[in-house]
Amino acid sequence: MGEEASVRVVRCGGSELNFRRAVFSADSKYIFCVSGDFIKVYSTATEECVHILHGHRNLVTGIQLNPNNHLQLYSCSLDGTIKLWDYIDGILIKTFIVGCKLHALFILTRAEDSVFVTVNKEEPDVFQLVSVKLPKSSSQEVEAKELSFVLDYINQSPKCIAFGNEAEYVAAVRDFYLSVYFFKKKTTSRFTLSSSKNKKHARNNFTCVACHPKEDCIASGHMDGKIRLWRNFNDDKKYIYTCLHWHHDMVMDLAFSVTGTSLLSGGRESVLVEWRDAMEKNKEFLPRLGATIEHISVSPAGDLFCTSHSDNKIIVIHRNLEASAVIQGLVKDRSISTGLMIDPKTKALVLNGKPGHLQFYSLQSDKQLYNLDIIQQEYINDYGLIQIELTKAAFGCFGNWLATVEQRQEKETELELQMKLWMYNKKTQGFVLNTRINMPHEDHITALCFCNTEKSEHPTLVTASKDGHFKVWILTDDSDIYKNAVGWTCDFVGSYHKYQATNCCFSEDGSLLAVSFEEIVTIWDSETWELKCTFCHRAGKITRLCFGRLTCSKYLLGATENGILCCWNLLSCALEWSAKLNVRVMEPDPNSENIAAISQSSVGSDLFVFKPSEPRPLYIQKNISREEVQWGVFVPRDVPESFTSEAYQWLNRSQFYFLTKSQSLLTFSTKSPEEKLTPTSKQLLAEESLPTTPFYFILGKHRQQQGEKFNETSENELVQLPLTENIPAISELLHTPAHVLPSATFLCSMLINSLLLSKETKSAEEIPDDVDMEEEKESDDSDEENDFTEEVQDTNNTDLGVDIHQLSKSEEKELRKFRKIDYSWVAAL
Amino acid sequence: MRARAHVGPGRREARAWSGERGAAGMGEFKVHRVRFFNYVPSGIRCVAYNNQSNRLAVSRTDGTVEIYNLSANYFQEKFFPGHESRATEALCWTEGQRLFSAGLNGEIVEYDLQALNVKYAMDAFGGPIWSMTASPSGSQLLVGCEDGSVKLFQITPDKIQFERNFDRQKSRILSLSWHPSGTHIAAGSIDYISVFDVKSGSAIHKMIVDRQYMGVSKRKCIVWGVAFLSDGTVISVDSAGKVQFWDSATGTLVKSHPIANADVLSIAVADQEDSFVVGTAEGTVFHFQLVSVTSNSSEKQWVRTKPFQHHTHDVRTVAHSPTALISGGTDTHLVIRPLMEKVEVKNYDAALRKITFPHRCLISCSKKRQLLLFQFAHHLELWRLGSTVATGKNGDILPLSKNADHLLHLKTKGPENIICSCISSCGSWIAYSTASRFFLYRLNYEHDNISLKRVSKMPAFLRSALQILFSEDSKKLFVASNQGSLHVIQLLEGSFKHLHAFQPQSGTVEAMCLLAVSPDGNWLAASGTSAGVHVYNVKQLKLHCTVPAYNFPVTALAIAPNTNNLVIAHSDQQVFEYSIPDKQYTEWSRAVQKQGFHHLWLQRDTPITHIGFHSKRPMHILLHDAYMFCIIDKSLPLPNDKTLLYNPLPPTSESDVVRRRTAHAFKISKIYKPLLFMELLDEGTLVAVERPLDDIIAQLPPPIKKKKFGT
Repeated sequence: MGEEASVRVVRCGGSELNFRRAVFSADSKYIFCVSGDFIKVYSTATEECVHILHGHRNLVTGIQLNPNNHLQLYSCSLDGTIKLWDYIDGILIKTFIVGCKLHALFILTRAEDSVFVTVNKEEPDVFQLVSVKLPKSSSQEVEAKELSFVLDYINQSPKCIAFGNEAEYVAAVRDFYLSVYFFKKKTTSRFTLSSSKNKKHARNNFTCVACHPKEDCIASGHMDGKIRLWRNFNDDKKYIYTCLHWHHDMVMDLAFSVTGTSLLSGGRESVLVEWRDAMEKNKEFLPRLGATIEHISVSPAGDLFCTSHSDNKIIVIHRNLEASAVIQGLVKDRSISTGLMIDPKTKALVLNGKPGHLQFYSLQSDKQLYNLDIIQQEYINDYGLIQIELTKAAFGCFGNWLATVEQRQEKETELELQMKLWMYNKKTQGFVLNTRINMPHEDHITALCFCNTEKSEHPTLVTASKDGHFKVWILTDDSDIYKNAVGWTCDFVGSYHKYQATNCCFSEDGSLLAVSFEEIVTIWDSETWELKCTFCHRAGKITRLCFGRLTCSKYLLGATENGILCCWNLLSCALEWSAKLNVRVMEPDPNSENIAAISQSSVGSDLFVFKPSEPRPLYIQKNISREEVQWGVFVPRDVPESFTSEAYQWLNRSQFYFLTKSQSLLTFSTKSPEEKLTPTSKQLLAEESLPTTPFYFILGKHRQQQGEKFNETSENELVQLPLTENIPAISELLHTPAHVLPSATFLCSMLINSLLLSKETKSAEEIPDDVDMEEEKESDDSDEENDFTEEVQDTNNTDLGVDIHQLSKSEEKELRKFRKIDYSWVAAL
Repeated sequence: MRARAHVGPGRREARAWSGERGAAGMGEFKVHRVRFFNYVPSGIRCVAYNNQSNRLAVSRTDGTVEIYNLSANYFQEKFFPGHESRATEALCWTEGQRLFSAGLNGEIVEYDLQALNVKYAMDAFGGPIWSMTASPSGSQLLVGCEDGSVKLFQITPDKIQFERNFDRQKSRILSLSWHPSGTHIAAGSIDYISVFDVKSGSAIHKMIVDRQYMGVSKRKCIVWGVAFLSDGTVISVDSAGKVQFWDSATGTLVKSHPIANADVLSIAVADQEDSFVVGTAEGTVFHFQLVSVTSNSSEKQWVRTKPFQHHTHDVRTVAHSPTALISGGTDTHLVIRPLMEKVEVKNYDAALRKITFPHRCLISCSKKRQLLLFQFAHHLELWRLGSTVATGKNGDILPLSKNADHLLHLKTKGPENIICSCISSCGSWIAYSTASRFFLYRLNYEHDNISLKRVSKMPAFLRSALQILFSEDSKKLFVASNQGSLHVIQLLEGSFKHLHAFQPQSGTVEAMCLLAVSPDGNWLAASGTSAGVHVYNVKQLKLHCTVPAYNFPVTALAIAPNTNNLVIAHSDQQVFEYSIPDKQYTEWSRAVQKQGFHHLWLQRDTPITHIGFHSKRPMHILLHDAYMFCIIDKSLPLPNDKTLLYNPLPPTSESDVVRRRTAHAFKISKIYKPLLFMELLDEGTLVAVERPLDDIIAQLPPPIKKKKFGT
């Protein structure tokens, strides 16, 4: 890499998979879901992500299969475009530019050339359903501005709109009413539920709607957990509805099976309910799905269902209500109190996951590896219930030990604390509970850390608590006579003038322990547990504490709540330097001396990377995020990068990830945005794997050459560009997947015409230089070029692109004659 | 008989009525709030709706049959007293508005709707009868019996005649339904449904009902109801909680709707066959409607739409009138739920009604001795009201110095229910009547002891009475017999003398149900169910005049003291005042009719059951229905539709002018409900008899326990 692009903050995975309903492919082999700006294609059988469709520049808000070609997928986004994808190859086929923010997408089988989208009017909460006519055009980017209005004042969520029985009507719900628009009659009926203040009807709000695929029946979900099945709604007076009531809380989504014989519903109970024949007594359940069901979708083949959950998970469920696959993204349901950690064994990011669980998340594959159930209690989803919270966790001894702290506080004085120590079991490749300590401290535990040294035979853990003590826990043999049971016991309790212990930290070699007691930092000898010295800067309580690494291990860094960053020299026992910095996150890089600090100001968060030995930062990036950054972590790279530029050297060995308050996981990348978003034009080029067809010989390499030239000379590019780009036949041929191409007879004349009319250009002279070898071969064959087909068959490895240029140069006249030859035989191919 | 513990028997309360002291002059009353009338209506067994006359026949578990006139605001215009051995299991109307019932005594009974008695009873000789249905033409009657036989009867103009038996089945026939063409019938039995061909009388299909319900095998599956639709579909309801649709041509099950965890007991189909209603043992009524599957196809399907939970106990029977769903059951309520989509205008018909109490008085009182006579199905109770010496402010509850006494418990002999009863004003005479016997008792009071002596040797024509009334001076007894005649009897000490019998007008046999006598004893007013009110001169023993007939039946009658104005309340909530001496409506009545009643007054849904007068305030008329008590002050202006009908007591801080402006003729109190009886004992004392619904429910058998979410 010669010139490095500037370091940018990029979002790295972990985006919501549950934002919209997932969509099944027609054969149920794939499942599509929106994920931030991308669309992910998962295999339903293996749970693997097969493709990521890049291309949208903003949040993708809706996806639908193309009803006319089930190998294609439409998507819409807040960037105002509708894109058509070939999902098998992961290719963008077409882009329709609508212009305004699109919030939902609906496509009907009947209306071939138009789709329905939800757009926002000027007012913030007023949405309209409009139909967009997609113009037929061969170019890749088409403007689609022909909007026609269908329904006004609808809900933003696509769950609140449903198209019924062969698209005869569309039902939309909002607040307390259901509107049904009939396309044939062009009339809207509106049914309003009582919304009076009395208790019985107070929660009548509509939450979602679904239409029966075969019958005139609309199912609507409500806030109070009722499902209403509306029939006869083409009559304003004689409409009837049936109530199905099982859910005790709001119905989050509804879906009819493909045949319409059963209705699926889900909500906060985390139970998928299947209502068979729409009868109240005839229902089946799939319970314990883990989290609130946000969306339900049904495969067109009818064999699979899938539910999206609030914990960023998609469960694929068989028709017989058996979960068959789980696609789990980064759980971002709840607040992160454990912070970001790296599991030394799997190199996975570890943080709070589902309630009571630690999740192990692979940053490389953007996938959850596994969940570790820490609290081991059934989670009861009820509003206002005080749950046990997993508050702290730490890895120690190279991933062999994991310490977790959980707490539950019902009242001010009633605190339940529990510390658990988990040992890594090589056989099962997982953590096994070793020791459980009830009430390890009298008050909240503020910090815990392991002593990570290779030589120490006793793994050591230190916990600091608000009760004014820090405790040292060591692994000892239990009273077992066989000495094969080991457990953790408290070895030492330290305190300092009854101050609350706020932080603790081991030095790199494990010989020293630093514990901060409010404003004072105490240094303890880890061998004898003697208080060595104290540091006090009187600059407020210490909020962050860490030792320097490698060459800087003589330094101790502390950040205070008054916005002072202090660096003490342990050898001289004096303050080396201090700086005014409102530090929120301070993370040492395990592979270098670097320490990253993120400060919070009113405008945003800034990143500072520095070495403790010198007060001047190595690297500063202002305004990395608008929001408050809550946690950060250095992740060692598998393959070190080699940035030469001094400013980026800190990224060579490790990558820095951080988590903002709104729980977006961000990192720093030097790749340009063009590189990051794999250019779709590149993908469009015929790949090597494609079969070698005559068309390939004509056009494949030719284009590739052009690409090379593109990089080399800019003047050539200017001239060359019109050549291929302006020939619609070629672009049409290249950009359209084979299975949607028109017949060969139609293409043939157009293609050949376009090739023959190509003009003589300057660039043509330069091309032979590039392909010298091929040219030589070419000249041998040039005699036989009176027969076009023969030539193609013979020159299996030659580049016809060059050949064509030569022809146009030398024997234009003959070619003119050639044009007049009847080539309808090509059709017979 | 004990008084309820939480309410002091005969508790006195000082409470002002809705008026105020002074000019408006409602005055204050001491009120005996009586809650020890331990009346429990019996449960409803069957209802039968007659489309032509728009009448509903209701039979209760004690054998009582009541006729409600749906056109006249659901007024209970007739009733046939119950009989212990005549437990009705089926009720049906036939051609010419004839009413038949059948029951477990094996008899088919026809009722005489004019004379209000049983025309005849005929044994079907098949053991207890479980079901009965009339043919679509109304000329044949089909009964299903305990022995598994289905018997066909021909209805002749004056009787019924056995025609033939159908193929005998193994077990009892619990339900029957005719195909609308009259060619086939469906019969529900235990575990199966049979389809018979009427012509041959043979069973052509036997459709076995699944006993299993939600994986639990019940011992038997009882088909409680069947309905045969014209397209050949048979709908069955059974004890496994299912509503099932069968194809009678092939004898196969088409669709099954499990709707309840308990029995589904009853079914009724609308005449258009586009909707039906079923009742379950859990007290729920489900409505099913025939809905087209898609708007442009002719295919239709039955959809369960609305559940109604108006009952606490078994819904034993349902009916489907063109505009309403009617249901009744063990919890004794008759519930009429209008179908909103069928109701054209949102008016009085669109309201849900619950009829619990009979639309007649079961209580009479002796003003002089402060006695209350309560009428039960098989006994009478005589109570003396308590008394107090305390005084208090408006609204105070006064402590009792003397508790109410249960003086007498008079049990009838024989299986028949009491039709009517009365106690004389002086308290020394009690009369009551059953369907076949008339009883008159003389009471003697010696300090706290009462002695009772039956007056024997009642004349043969006094076999039964529909209404009994004593004159104010207790010298005369008026008896309306079911032959349509009125008897005047002079009471002597320990004996009596028959003075006169007013014979019914020639050609009518209509029974008189309501009687009223003027306080001076000169005038007697009597009303039947349809014709006008006849006024007789008791002195001269001749018909004085007839108040012109009105469209709606009379619900209450009374003659005012001094003026001898007859006040008549009708079931459409109209109140007329007719001057007997002048033989014309009074000025006030004409003015009322001219202006019309307040719309809220007309929208009340229970009939006025009692009218009284205040002896010192001639301008006042006291009347009450089950939910309100009203004093009409004829001297005040009538309310128009803009004024508040139920005006609360105006705050005393308001000036007299404001108060006078807001005051109008109707002073209404809704403190006491359900109010069964209210009468003025003397100028300042009222007695109100309440029967709280909760107390009735508490005396019923416990309902099916249903698991309720969140408990």
